[in-house]
Amino acid sequence: MTTYFEKRQLVTPGDLLAEGKYRAGENTYKDDDKIYATRIGIANLEDTTIYVVALKAFYVPSVGDMVIGKIVEVGISIWIVDINAPYLAVLRASDVLDRPFNPRRDALPAIFDVNDLIIAKLVAYDRTHDPVLTVREPDLGKITRGQIVEVTPTKIPRIIGRKGSMISMIKKETKCQITIGQNGVILISGKTPEDERLAVMAIRKIEQESHTSGLTDRVTEMIRKEKEV
Amino acid sequence: MTSSITVARVKQKRIAELISHGKRLDERGLNDFREVQLEVGVIERAEGSARVRLGKTEVMVGIKIEIGEPFSDVPNQGVLTVNAELVPLASPKFEPGPPNENAIELARVVDRGIRESKAISTEKLCIIPGKKVFIVFVDLWVLNHDGNLIDASAMAALAALLNTKIFNYEIKDDEIKIKPGYTQLPIVDHPIAVTFAKIDDNFVVDPWLVEEQVMDARFTITIDKDGKICALQKGGYGYFSMEKILEAAKIAQQKAEELRKIVVKG
Repeated sequence: MTTYFEKRQLVTPGDLLAEGKYRAGENTYKDDDKIYATRIGIANLEDTTIYVVALKAFYVPSVGDMVIGKIVEVGISIWIVDINAPYLAVLRASDVLDRPFNPRRDALPAIFDVNDLIIAKLVAYDRTHDPVLTVREPDLGKITRGQIVEVTPTKIPRIIGRKGSMISMIKKETKCQITIGQNGVILISGKTPEDERLAVMAIRKIEQESHTSGLTDRVTEMIRKEKEV
Repeated sequence: MTSSITVARVKQKRIAELISHGKRLDERGLNDFREVQLEVGVIERAEGSARVRLGKTEVMVGIKIEIGEPFSDVPNQGVLTVNAELVPLASPKFEPGPPNENAIELARVVDRGIRESKAISTEKLCIIPGKKVFIVFVDLWVLNHDGNLIDASAMAALAALLNTKIFNYEIKDDEIKIKPGYTQLPIVDHPIAVTFAKIDDNFVVDPWLVEEQVMDARFTITIDKDGKICALQKGGYGYFSMEKILEAAKIAQQKAEELRKIVVKG
């Protein structure tokens, strides 16, 4: 039972991470009792599981996630939504309307059109079906204003912080409303463009320095300093 | 949403809104270029080469010199050909295969700038009038596409031409013999392209990828070293008013001068 990495060390694919009775977690694989990395990222050990947090990755859909997607196609009874994943998601017309969908009466482009952004929740997804979305919950639906920031989806947990500490700090300091899509798309809407600029700056800083510790304090400091200028 | 080409309507609105307030999404001023990084002599086996990074846009240019026949209408002048490759590596939009209209436009706009400013003194490239001249091949390779390929390519092409050396030769009994040593390719002008994007009746200089995706039209002005316009190119579906073009020409002169200092060192 030995590990060959220091806490939060940067590893590359093929690096030997540990030997012994460990479990291979995310972005690792096991050969006999040796565990190797499969991605560039930060290695971690939790209990007996070894995993790698990838520096950059695609969004892997997961049921229950809130995502921000872009309508790329309007079909007869569905919308096709780009959610930044390897697969396009589907939003059904019957999900949006309160009544049964009637193609003669209901025109889908009038509800969501191509290039509209929507906040949606993933309700179904497995390896045989494309992701299915819903907007039938409060705070879901079309985005009409605000600024969009895109980050690599693996950085989302860092932007949220432990128990939401990071994001609630940014919200408090910049007075912006921030909606985070698990797929790496973030919506910021503030009272002034200046507030929004601060929030974008904070998110960009977190994205760049996500692998360092003591980040919340430094981001707070940066926002306060910028506000004084 | 990097996998699809179009820009979300909310983002389009935001970009136009910011520009009407004199700001841009990447915090540049309306008339600011992105940072230009230039390297010359990056390809060892080419006669001349350069790599330009304009923000995240990256273009590499290699120049080959070969001996060939002149065109019959200009028997005592060397030949210039420009070719552009949009490699699939550079953008999810680029496909492998023969050059498409965008690649051809890019090559032609760069070519026009060099040709019409008479940057290369082609008479000096003549070896035997009517029979043998030097052919200058300018090959543009787009390595990363983050908008404004034209300006980056024009800069890279100029830098590569300035870096180009021709092998020495002598003529014996109508035959060309290569001698050791090199001479500099005769470059007498320095054309610089400046591209504008029109977004909601406002002009921005050096549009990056997202701005190019939402722009109504694009306008390129190439300025020679005397501050004169030597090439123009318009792209996209929108239109321009006369005043806007005159205004753009003035900005282009100023910007070209700034960029020329970076490209033409010494």
